[in-house]
Amino acid sequence: MAVTDMGRGVADAPPKVALLNNPKFRSWLFQILLGVAVAYLVYSGWVNMNANLQAAGVASGFGFLGENAGFSVAQSLIDYDQGTSSYGRVYVVGVLNTLIVAVVGIVFATVMGFLLGIARLSNNWIVSRLATSYVEFARNVPLLLQIFIWYFGVLRLLPQPRDSLDFGPLGLLNIRGYFAPKPVWGDGSAFVLYALIAGIVIAIGVSRWSYRRQMATGQRFPSLWVGLGAAVGLPLVVFLALGAPLTWDMPVLGGFRPSGGMTVIPEFIALLVALSTYTAAFIAEIVRAGILGVSKGQSEAAHALGLRQGQNLRLVVIPQALRIIIPPLTSQYLNLTKNSSLAVAIAYPELTSVFAGTALNQTGQAVEIISITMLTYLTFSLLTSAFMNWYNARVALVER
Amino acid sequence: MTKTVLTGVLGAAVLALGASTASAATLDDVKAKGFVQCGVSQGLPGFSNPDADGEWSGMDVDLCRGIAAAIFGDATAVKFTPLSAKERFTALQSGEVDVLSRNTTWTMSRDTQLGLNFAGVNYYDGQGFMIRTDMNINSALELSGASICTNTGTTTELNVADYFRANNMEYELVAFEKADEVVAAYDAGRCDVYTTDQSGLYAQRLKLTDPGAHKVLPEIISKEPLGPVVRQGDDQWFNIVKWVHFATLNAEELGVTMANVEEMKESDNPSIRRLLGTEGEFGSDIGLENDWAAKAIAAVGNYGEIFDRNVGPDTELAIGRGVNALWSQGGLQYAPPIR
Ligand SMILES: N[C@@H](CCC(=O)N[C@@H](CS)C(=O)NCC(=O)O)C(=O)O
Repeated sequence: MAVTDMGRGVADAPPKVALLNNPKFRSWLFQILLGVAVAYLVYSGWVNMNANLQAAGVASGFGFLGENAGFSVAQSLIDYDQGTSSYGRVYVVGVLNTLIVAVVGIVFATVMGFLLGIARLSNNWIVSRLATSYVEFARNVPLLLQIFIWYFGVLRLLPQPRDSLDFGPLGLLNIRGYFAPKPVWGDGSAFVLYALIAGIVIAIGVSRWSYRRQMATGQRFPSLWVGLGAAVGLPLVVFLALGAPLTWDMPVLGGFRPSGGMTVIPEFIALLVALSTYTAAFIAEIVRAGILGVSKGQSEAAHALGLRQGQNLRLVVIPQALRIIIPPLTSQYLNLTKNSSLAVAIAYPELTSVFAGTALNQTGQAVEIISITMLTYLTFSLLTSAFMNWYNARVALVER
Repeated sequence: MTKTVLTGVLGAAVLALGASTASAATLDDVKAKGFVQCGVSQGLPGFSNPDADGEWSGMDVDLCRGIAAAIFGDATAVKFTPLSAKERFTALQSGEVDVLSRNTTWTMSRDTQLGLNFAGVNYYDGQGFMIRTDMNINSALELSGASICTNTGTTTELNVADYFRANNMEYELVAFEKADEVVAAYDAGRCDVYTTDQSGLYAQRLKLTDPGAHKVLPEIISKEPLGPVVRQGDDQWFNIVKWVHFATLNAEELGVTMANVEEMKESDNPSIRRLLGTEGEFGSDIGLENDWAAKAIAAVGNYGEIFDRNVGPDTELAIGRGVNALWSQGGLQYAPPIR
């Protein structure tokens, strides 16, 4: 009935529908109603929360960020003083500690994961079996357990400070951590940095130029070696010309633990190893799937064209495999970053531990601190995704 | 750890969405569900510690049992929630537990900023340091440069910061969430020093591989009045918790014990008669029966009995009464009279 009515309306004159039956209007109306409902829900949640906090006599607001924290943090990449630093600074310290373990962990996990993934596909029976067993083990033991194993395992293995393992110019290792020599840059070292930057710029320029020339003329140019020469050689020459303005602050034994140098605490080492070995197992599987996903004909064609095995991998297989690898790889990077919050179990002072943990407990401001922490992890994740999406778009197959 | 964040998030969510939790009458809730939900530690011998069968014991546990007995006449009408130092306040704020009885130090900020009230002090403590005997250190002032293991979310980590700053000493703090991890890390030699409430040091020392190889340094660097905590805004419940503790103190002072509480009801001493409900109407004012205190004492004994049974000289912890003796014996434990 309705259908025939409408059919007639279309055929004859423009139909006279009630505004409420206008599909465009209706869809807008519902969108707006939904928007208002969501906004109201958020608003009433906010009002309700404030009322409840007030009624419960719980302090609220973000003023605490400026207050003195008063506790000490075992590892800090920026200046942190337990007596005078604020909760805001504790937050920054926590964020940086999370970032450093996440970034270094991602690098390690990626390298290890690629090697393992390729090893799993190796024709060598022992190599591929070893890689498979590793992957199965690491993927199937809970991460928290692995963190404990590494932490207490590492602690058990390392000697007490007075029996430190002495690596001479490379520093000392004991149960309090790895005490590395610390570079102390002298006068004029800034020029070395400038030279390094200039060298890198030259290297990039050379590589672009040689790529274009090869595309145009087919002539090859050893751009890798020239670039490396520029990026390493230039700063080296400047460094030597300035009379090598660098000394090392060596850790020395004595007292409760070595003094001087830089300290890498065992909590960091254990967490880094646990996170990267665990994530590497997942990455290995992703890499293996990516490589297997490139059809065999591609390699056969490459070989027929006379490419060697290395060239075939580098120029044909990996670029195509990357398209399959990158999206799931991104999730692994996000996982690694979020898993770093398990560190609280072994006293590594990352964001969840020092901010959502200690600072929350000292101030009692759960709502503010948990919101800030969640927003921070969300930001990390969105930034990582954005970067990986950009990279994915770059390596994506361009149809010609 | 994940649980902490979860409690945090839950707490936040409850505060955002829940109807006002603070003003609810906890006693009615407790009566309706039939037991007291009591927040305790995850295992601190002498204060709150589960045995192999999951049976809890300790001074903090006995306080909760006393409260349950005062309400229900049944010291087993209580369930325990083990909480880490970090989780404890959020758990209480969000209503996960009715009372927090977990070696918790009464400080001004906790009392005034968290929406909580401290209902008394059941153990006067102070922070100390434990160290290996073979390190040949005899004073905390020799600790500059030391690595120190402790629990996060405690007054301990703040006190140690103050102490080292005041004495111009350096230190490295290694702060774990769970006490068992502190013990394991200290035992493995990650730290030179373990610091916490002195009672806690004696208790945790028992968990080390070789307790005899460690000693507690003489310095006490802080005041740690430990006591039960309740949510602010429910005066009736606050009174119940406070007065159950006071009742055990008054009982000790008046010579009422677990064993003689029945006969003492017939005593001629009006103070005893009021305590045990033979005279006066003290129970109804806090929503309980008149013999509330008698029931609590029959279940857990007086304060002296609780102390001796859990931490006293004849236990593994072997702690003397010291400042925790009654005021009449030169100590600090003092309860207002029941009248
Ligand atoms: N009294 C201090 C410290 C309380 C505390 O957490 N102590 C630790 C070390 S004795 C503990 O109870 N550990 C047992 C556990 O976490 O279960 C406070 O209230 O902040």
